[in-house]
Amino acid sequence: MTTEFDIVIVGSGPAGLSAAARAAKRGVNHVLFERTDHASDTIYKYQKKKFVMATPDVLPLQSDMQFAAGVREDILGTWDAGLDEHAVNIRYNAEVTAIEGAKGDFTLTVNGNETVKAKHVIMSIGVQGNLRQLGVDGQDWERVQYQLDDPLEYDGETIVVVGAGDAAIENAIGLTEQNEVIIINRKGEFARAKQGNLNAINGAIENEVIECYFNASPARVEPGLLVLKTPEGEAEVKCDRIIARLGANPPRRFVEACGIKFSSDEPSALPELSAKYESSVEGLYIVGALAGYPLIKQAMNQGFEVVETILGNPVRPADEALLEERFAAIEGMAVGEVLEAIQNNVPLLSHMSRLQLREFMLESRIHRVRPKDIIFERNDFTNSVYSIVDGAVDIQINPNDPNEVVTLRTGAFFGEMGLLSGRRRTATILAHEDSILVETPRRAMLKLISSIDAAKRVIDEAAISRQIQTHLAPNIDPALLEEVVSTATIESFSAGDVMIEEGETTDDVYLIRSGSMMVSRRIGGRDVVLSYIPAGNYVGEMALLTEAPRSATVKATVAAETIKVDAGAFKRLLEREPALKSEIEARFRDRLVQNVEVEERPDSGDIIDFLVNQGLGEATDVLLIDEALCVRCDNCEKACAETHGGKSRLKREAGPTFGTLHVPTSCRHCEHPHCMSDCPADAIHRAPNGEVFIDEKCIGCGNCARDCPYNVIHMAYPPPPKPGLLQWLLLGMGPGPGEDKTPRAKPEGARETATKCDMCKDIAGGPSCVSACPTGAAIRVNPEEFFSITASTKSGRA
Amino acid sequence: MHEGFLVYAGFRYLKVATLLCVAAIAVYAWHSPPDEPNGGTWLGYGLGGIGAAIILLLMWFGVRKRRYGTVSKLQGWLSAHVYLGLSLIIVATLHTGFQFGWNLHTLAYGLMMVVIASGFFGIYAYARYPRLMTENRRGITTEEVYAGIGELDRECRQVASTMPDEIASLVLVSCNETRVGGSIARQLSGHDPDCGTERAFAGIRDLAASAGAEHGGDVRKLISLLGKKSTLLRTMRRDVQLKAMLEIWLYFHVPLSFALLAALVGHVISVFFYW
Repeated sequence: MTTEFDIVIVGSGPAGLSAAARAAKRGVNHVLFERTDHASDTIYKYQKKKFVMATPDVLPLQSDMQFAAGVREDILGTWDAGLDEHAVNIRYNAEVTAIEGAKGDFTLTVNGNETVKAKHVIMSIGVQGNLRQLGVDGQDWERVQYQLDDPLEYDGETIVVVGAGDAAIENAIGLTEQNEVIIINRKGEFARAKQGNLNAINGAIENEVIECYFNASPARVEPGLLVLKTPEGEAEVKCDRIIARLGANPPRRFVEACGIKFSSDEPSALPELSAKYESSVEGLYIVGALAGYPLIKQAMNQGFEVVETILGNPVRPADEALLEERFAAIEGMAVGEVLEAIQNNVPLLSHMSRLQLREFMLESRIHRVRPKDIIFERNDFTNSVYSIVDGAVDIQINPNDPNEVVTLRTGAFFGEMGLLSGRRRTATILAHEDSILVETPRRAMLKLISSIDAAKRVIDEAAISRQIQTHLAPNIDPALLEEVVSTATIESFSAGDVMIEEGETTDDVYLIRSGSMMVSRRIGGRDVVLSYIPAGNYVGEMALLTEAPRSATVKATVAAETIKVDAGAFKRLLEREPALKSEIEARFRDRLVQNVEVEERPDSGDIIDFLVNQGLGEATDVLLIDEALCVRCDNCEKACAETHGGKSRLKREAGPTFGTLHVPTSCRHCEHPHCMSDCPADAIHRAPNGEVFIDEKCIGCGNCARDCPYNVIHMAYPPPPKPGLLQWLLLGMGPGPGEDKTPRAKPEGARETATKCDMCKDIAGGPSCVSACPTGAAIRVNPEEFFSITASTKSGRA
Repeated sequence: MHEGFLVYAGFRYLKVATLLCVAAIAVYAWHSPPDEPNGGTWLGYGLGGIGAAIILLLMWFGVRKRRYGTVSKLQGWLSAHVYLGLSLIIVATLHTGFQFGWNLHTLAYGLMMVVIASGFFGIYAYARYPRLMTENRRGITTEEVYAGIGELDRECRQVASTMPDEIASLVLVSCNETRVGGSIARQLSGHDPDCGTERAFAGIRDLAASAGAEHGGDVRKLISLLGKKSTLLRTMRRDVQLKAMLEIWLYFHVPLSFALLAALVGHVISVFFYW
């Protein structure tokens, strides 16, 4: 029996469902084939109750099927209802095994025996049907599996999870409730995972909830046994079950058999597609993960668009209206023209595909500026990056003379130093002429840098030269710096890594571009901390000037990046520039004096050590209490609660004390806030004055609270409204004055949200904890002030 | 880096208060009223007015302290409170013209001096006890101390479970009859003469000899555990004592200042009534 359709859709994932619903709505003669007995198998196989995100947030959904972030069960339910509502012609248990023919006359073989004719085919089979296998002897043991639906299905087993991605980690953590879990990581760390999962797995390994084999890979499987290759040789792991989560590859053999060409021979390569998702076979379209778009919302939009394309209707991408709004500042240019201009003019943004650029621009803003407009000012705490699409800007390189400027023109970008260092802007920038600028927020920029190597390279090259110019050799003609810049390299350090070892005979100079460093020396058998060096400063010039071995050890206090300046190139520069040389020598003498002072009074070094251990090495602003002044009245906590809806974000008593210097549990407003790293709702921001705050977009996922190493973010239900005094007194309504207003049980319909210190950014008097302290015990300081703390220690006060 | 309320803004309010006192004394010395100096001369009314205004300002501190999210710092208010309060000793005394008697006017003066005296103790307490509290606590929080005590109690009970009844019952006394804090006197003393842990400690020491060789090791363990608990209790009681010292004076300072306010109102009304 042969049946004929206008459109046949293969695979009922988000893209296929959306396409089928569109076809049904348009009254097109269609069929949707699904291999299994339920729709959307990939999402069906998600772990039960998994929360599914609807990223990218800014992208609107254009589909006849509904979709919003939610738990797996709700999403599948909505889609099943959508299939009924639109009367989609879906056939379950129907696997398409071959596609032949050409546009207008395709023949599809279903389940190997039935054939179906189609004018157009939409292939939306995803990649999950082709999971990567262990690929070792014995892998057919019936207890080797590549999926995990419900971790609570297994009880009291020893289960080995192979893999280091998010799926592997989520499975492993879920299984620990009832089982012994061992995880196998081919690498030395879990680098690919989301921050929240990373913390969860590292915590579980540290607490010995999960055993982990690092740098190990499966060698062979025997029933009840997994043999691993480890750096120490073979290791045998007894187990009841093996769950391998190794990702998936495009089902290449089937796709190629349909006549479709791939972009390369790499196993992960994707089929070649036109801008309208048409493959190398005319009339055969590919959408969804197999087309390179693994996100649900993107896939659903593609499903909608591709049906409209087949019907010959003009397709307006889902984000078109939003982009038009974004580009409103530029009159008389269509969205496509603006995108074209951006890619032609700005090399930094030219490496993205058009779809990536669209998403990037949805998160960015376009500014049209007039001459002398201020774009940002020195010492602002903003961290977005600007690209010049057209026009020019002036950078004031000398804070004392606004007329000393460097001009950047079309195609250049600026603002990356604030992004990279997490610190205040180093210069004021004004428009030089009428210009069009793209302002990209931190998160979108970090995504660009991490996903597109070419963009990272462009940024790094410019950053090295600008950072050397700004921090190491200001007032020097950039042309003279060429040799220093071209030989400079970027080095990264984890917290605690040694950058320079006391006694070694290197003499390169290091410019710290992010994070901070601690200088120490071994005196009488113990490490004495000499100084703390924040980003934007250099170290290592002593050995260069004295040609003696390194006199001290320099260690990263937090994850840090430095620019290593080659000693030879730098020496030649100093010889040519006597003014710079004398400046650096003066700085060197200051350091010598300071070091001698600290060595004589080692306690001030101990205080630096203590503060750095409390995470102040990455702080931009921290609450410090002098316990010699603190009368324990807790007015700071009361003030915090009173100015933040009844919930204090500060615990005065908790936290460590050194001498009389107490670091209470309160936000440090880190340079590179850990809390920001994994906020799915993009609800955490940095205000221009440096305050890191959470806005009302918070969805209460708790990632930030888990990511914060200092435990200063708390999940809380909104407190009940505060009653008037008489209402409380006479009617007993709500919490009374001074009573804890935090609801203990979950209030009806309430949702927990993350709460943290926002440094009272909206209150004119600054942080309430400080302004409400009667004795002056509570102060907020930034790292630059650390030395004055230690200096005052010398005179007997802390 | 930290700047206490006494040195706030380079002793700004000490300077203001000193200036006020010096000016008051100078004018008082220069002034020669028709009869002896008293509150009824122009200078008397002037000093009285200034004094009353200062008292009202000082009492406003209680309100200001509870206003949060303000532009000015509370620390400045406390600094002014202290120095202007002390200046009242001069201003109000000169206002009396050294005329005292058994009347409402002198009652108001007397109450004021007692309030100032209690405030003086407050300054002393604020200067001395915070540092002692930190030294006493050695960086351990209250919660940690109580968790430590709970853990020691658990260990004691575990050891005692295999021991003779009289020893086990003493351990229960230690677990159930140990209190930190209590009445004001108990808080301020920093000791508990009836401490369950001390009684158990003494009792077990006495019984140690008769407990039998098979229990020797456990008795030593109990004594060591109770000794550790005693140390924690001492720390906590000292903490409670110092906290009480930081607060006790307020129980005189605040109510008496309200009494002063009442007496002051009476004083002012009666003075104008009998004009």
